[in-house]
Amino acid sequence: MKELSLHILDIVQNSLRAGASLVQIMVTIDTRQDFLRLKIEDNGCGMTEDFLQQVTDPFTTTRTTRKVGLGIPLLKEAAERTGGHFIIQSQVGVGTMVEANFVYRHIDCMPLGDMASTMMILIQGSPEVDFIYEYSFNERSFLLKTAELREILQHVPLDEPQVLKWIHDFVQENEGLVREGNVNENN
Amino acid sequence: MKTIEELKAIRENMSDTLAMRNNAEGSIRVVVGMATCGISAGARPVLQTLAQEINKRHLKNVKLVQTGCIGICRLEPIVEVYIGNEKTTYVKMTPEKALRVVNDHLVNRQVVTEFTIGAAE
Repeated sequence: MKELSLHILDIVQNSLRAGASLVQIMVTIDTRQDFLRLKIEDNGCGMTEDFLQQVTDPFTTTRTTRKVGLGIPLLKEAAERTGGHFIIQSQVGVGTMVEANFVYRHIDCMPLGDMASTMMILIQGSPEVDFIYEYSFNERSFLLKTAELREILQHVPLDEPQVLKWIHDFVQENEGLVREGNVNENN
Repeated sequence: MKTIEELKAIRENMSDTLAMRNNAEGSIRVVVGMATCGISAGARPVLQTLAQEINKRHLKNVKLVQTGCIGICRLEPIVEVYIGNEKTTYVKMTPEKALRVVNDHLVNRQVVTEFTIGAAE
């Protein structure tokens, strides 16, 4: 994977396969304390204690097409490569939380990449799921909640192409504003 | 700047189109593998290109869906096209190849043989 946004797209597939109706994605960048944190929380079926112990092992997977699962191990590796750390917590019937902490200025810290495309594709694939995306850069942040969009759209589905394009551009623009706003603040 | 007002405008303009779509016949299903293997091989831009092109050409009878691992990870990104009882598997896809599949296969109903799994094996 070349971007963190691709890891996010991948990890959220686990949440969706676990039957989550709510998936919260948080990206927090703090340049002063030099960290980037990804946090993905879902209300899916969760994992048993035993499965949770093995889940960062590449030879653990729920899929039946082959015997390796690389999504979680790859993200863990990516975070640890920068001197960061990885946390996963889960409870059967409650949900799962995945958190990856990166040292932001480390040479091996991947760029966040195209989150607008990741959000657009997640919503295209699962328009019925409630997604919350929060992007924070230093103290500023912006929030996308698909439940709110659904209320505005009424009978028009979220996976309508025009709506998806709006979501894509909305995320892209707001991430930019949040980042730039901060630069002005420092001046 | 994207505003909530724009979203409301989309809603107001949508009613007619939606009714048309629900009555669309001869439907085509396009499936993109979006597991770890697909995503790391480049499935996201392929899916995005398919979505944009299907929308641009107003192909109301095409349903674009995502799936997990199809089982042949070394040939990802994989796109499957289902028309009636016929299934075509395209392998090692790119955004450029995706454009051709929309044009030749979805619109003109000509399988792009050179991109299929048969040609790759």
